[in-house]
Amino acid sequence: MLNLLSIITFTPAFAALILAVFLRGEDEAAQRNAKWLALVATSATFLISLILLFSFDPSDTGFQQVEEREWIMGLTYKLGVDGISVLFVMLTTFLMPITIAACWKVETRVKEYMIAFLLLETLMIGVFVALDLVLFYLFFEAGLIPMFLIIGIWGGKNRIYAAFKFFLYTFIGSVLMLVAMIYMYTQAGTTDIPTLLAYEFSAGPVNVLGWQIAGGAQTLMFLAFFASFAVKMPMWPVHTWLPDAHVQAPTAGSVVLAAVLLKMGGYGFLRFSLPMFPVGAEILAPMVLWMSAIAIVYASLVALVQDDMKKLVAYSSVAHMGFVTMGIFALNKQGLDGAIFQMISHGFVSGALFLLVGVVYDRMHTREIEAYGGLVNRMPAYAAVFLLFTMANVGLPGTSGFVGEFLTFMGVYQTNTWVAVVAASGVIFSACYALWLYRRVVFGQLIKESLKHIEDMDTRERLMIAPLLVMTLLLGVYPALVTDLIGPSVDNLLTHYHAAVGTEVVAEAATHAAPAAPSH
Amino acid sequence: MTSVDLSIALPEILLSLWAMVALMAGAYFGKDKLAASLTWATVAVLLLLAVLVGVLEPDTRAGFGGLFIDDAFGRFAKIAILLSGAAVLAMGMDYLERLNLMRFEYPILVALATVGMMVMVSAADLITLYMGLELQSLALYVLASIRRDSVKSTEAGLKYFVLGALASGLLLYGASLVYGYSGTTRLADIASTVHGEHLPVGMLMGLAFMLAGLAFKISAVPFHMWTPDVYEGAPTPVTAFFATAPKVAAMALLARLVFSGFGEAAGEWGQILGFLAGASMVIGALGALGQRNLKRLMAYSSISHMGFALLGLTAGSEAGVEAMLVYMAIYVTMSVGVFAFILSMRREGRPVVQIDDLNMLSKSQPAQALAVLILMFSLAGVPPLIGFWAKFTVLAAVIGSGYVWLAVIGVIASVVGAFYYLRIVYYMYFGTEADALDSDVVPVQRWLTLAAAAVTLLGVFNLFGIEGPAAIAAQALVN
Repeated sequence: MLNLLSIITFTPAFAALILAVFLRGEDEAAQRNAKWLALVATSATFLISLILLFSFDPSDTGFQQVEEREWIMGLTYKLGVDGISVLFVMLTTFLMPITIAACWKVETRVKEYMIAFLLLETLMIGVFVALDLVLFYLFFEAGLIPMFLIIGIWGGKNRIYAAFKFFLYTFIGSVLMLVAMIYMYTQAGTTDIPTLLAYEFSAGPVNVLGWQIAGGAQTLMFLAFFASFAVKMPMWPVHTWLPDAHVQAPTAGSVVLAAVLLKMGGYGFLRFSLPMFPVGAEILAPMVLWMSAIAIVYASLVALVQDDMKKLVAYSSVAHMGFVTMGIFALNKQGLDGAIFQMISHGFVSGALFLLVGVVYDRMHTREIEAYGGLVNRMPAYAAVFLLFTMANVGLPGTSGFVGEFLTFMGVYQTNTWVAVVAASGVIFSACYALWLYRRVVFGQLIKESLKHIEDMDTRERLMIAPLLVMTLLLGVYPALVTDLIGPSVDNLLTHYHAAVGTEVVAEAATHAAPAAPSH
Repeated sequence: MTSVDLSIALPEILLSLWAMVALMAGAYFGKDKLAASLTWATVAVLLLLAVLVGVLEPDTRAGFGGLFIDDAFGRFAKIAILLSGAAVLAMGMDYLERLNLMRFEYPILVALATVGMMVMVSAADLITLYMGLELQSLALYVLASIRRDSVKSTEAGLKYFVLGALASGLLLYGASLVYGYSGTTRLADIASTVHGEHLPVGMLMGLAFMLAGLAFKISAVPFHMWTPDVYEGAPTPVTAFFATAPKVAAMALLARLVFSGFGEAAGEWGQILGFLAGASMVIGALGALGQRNLKRLMAYSSISHMGFALLGLTAGSEAGVEAMLVYMAIYVTMSVGVFAFILSMRREGRPVVQIDDLNMLSKSQPAQALAVLILMFSLAGVPPLIGFWAKFTVLAAVIGSGYVWLAVIGVIASVVGAFYYLRIVYYMYFGTEADALDSDVVPVQRWLTLAAAAVTLLGVFNLFGIEGPAAIAAQALVN
């Protein structure tokens, strides 16, 4: 189908435009119309994106459904998907109707809220389908505007601090990436991503302020991109914006943030950092691996002592993203497969956990763990669902959480056993905090007066959670759904990567031609 | 030959004639009664001249014995000057009437300043350059202090005059050194005496002094100290004028001077401009952090933006000039929108300019608030708004010339800058409920704000085709 990707990308934005122009008033009817229109638009986007999924040919490692048009300043408007990005598009379109359903109870500025989410969806899909550097940057950065407003307008008490921190943290990372992108443009003469994937940037050592940088321009560009993606991911030690943003954001905002926005960092590593700067990646991979290991252990320990449910889930996200970066920089098939799988799985699991926190928050208006206890007595369905997602978060076999963690461990064990050992202790901690949270909130006697009349999940909430539940279990027992789709693309990426690193090593050895081989 | 010579400067001559006619009319027909109609007439004249400049013969012509040049570069700048001048005049009327400042001299002074700017951008000789600059400056000194009963306005005028005179002195001294070492005041002839990439020390000193004088006019750091005070003290319509047309003129003049006169020695003046650019971006961004007065905030914001425009010139390439022109055009568009909004800020009929006056504007005037939100994100350089494209072209030019470190300074400064632009959004959207601003905004102000926001947003499709003319203009200057 012609222009399929453009249609998927801009359907939500089109709906936002209709809302902005035609919907007037703040009365109940207008609010209801806004919500329904947003729900219909996001669902329609999901249905259209199914066409993309079914027409996708996994054996083709190139980009499919490519669209290309002239744009300003010699740039092109170019869209396309490969095995990796098509999954993220599906994740986004799948989650957005659920997100919209999660904001059904919002009563202030409903129209603007819906517009913000619809625009955000367009921008998120755009990130995954853009095949032009600057187009990618445009979608990547523009997403900050709606998210800033979602946190700032509809967030909790300390929302202003969180909104600013979110915006400025991500912005400073991204502008460095912009400089690197423009440098790539001046070097390669194009911003076309498929061309750049095949382009070899110079990796000869350079001197900066008297320091010799191994890998030269590639290392520097890798670091510039790393600044952006590491913040977005978020990796330790630049993760501190995430707990603030999550805690202050409204439930739907947290879901989008955890389920999709964080994945942009991982996607960026796979799309740019590895294939475009293989030498830089090779040099810096040990650093990234150790940062991931620290993130897993440290974030799990910090999660253990949280007394705010959302903050706890946020720190667990940081830990799980640590598995993702660990898998990516293991630089082998299992690691990459595991990382991508973990990202998809985390999208479902953390999205569901934030929804579940939202369910009790809507009733009690507090996220303090202390305020709960014994919910199983009044909310059996809630207790059951919460248990399942807690287990998925811990990585119990049979849930999708297990597959991702297992594969990343397998990958990293081959590359760096010590990192695997350290990170493995994080798995135990994650069981500690998740199960302890569950015990404190759900089990025990229902002694708190305020909880005596709490209601179980209603139909809307069950419908929201059900698809996530199905996906978590389905991927847990049949992971090939994902790995078959990404397999050829990942193989292609790795072949390219090893070829590039291999040739670079040979070239370097040839130029030095000295008996003492360079250390890299 | 005389007829040809005159036609080269036709727009300037027509505008000067109009200023004199208006002066006569004002003097003979009962002074300020005519002020409003004269202002509207001047707006019309400026717009007509912009059209005229746009349809003039497209080739490059020099006249008046090489003192004056009419080329694509000059025309691009002139159209930007004329359009922004017209917009600023139109949107300031209501404000001036409310403060009882509507004197017939106001449009005339603006017209004369505009003539000065047009001469500046067409100057092909140090003498013409100085003449245009002084015509512009003298008119602006008076405009700054047009509110005679206000201490702040008078102070602004005086401050601007004293420092401006100093800057003119520096410029003249530099010009005399250049003349002494090259034996000519004509830019093209100066260029022919410059051989190779290095300037003789005397010439370099002369150039440095001239650049210092011009840096004052575009308020580049470290010659920026006057800007916040003058922006704050001058009546807001005058501030809006300061922020737009004169900046374009001075920037274009600077480009003309360095490229036409010293084109081969790009490495020499590139360092000076690089320093000015880096310092302006950083100081402009840091200085604005503590400001609570919107006019002062916009003053620092303009310093930072001038730094970015200078970054384009620092690149020393045709792409750099093109980037600078695109940047200035976009900057002027955004500034017009923001100032149209600032002019419309009133509470119970009295103008207000503090940022906390914006509290919850999104409730009382949703359309205006959304427009300002878009303009603020654009000023911060967030894609897809055109403010991002402005920064993108400049960064591409400067990285293309190898100044990666300057680009890094620039983008980090822009993150600092994002903070204070976001703070305006914060007051409008997340603030606390407060007394709302008057909502009876004059149509011209409302529509200029909304139009600027729309341009800012829709520019992502093709930047309204501004690239093409800017490229032609840059080519005309550099070759």
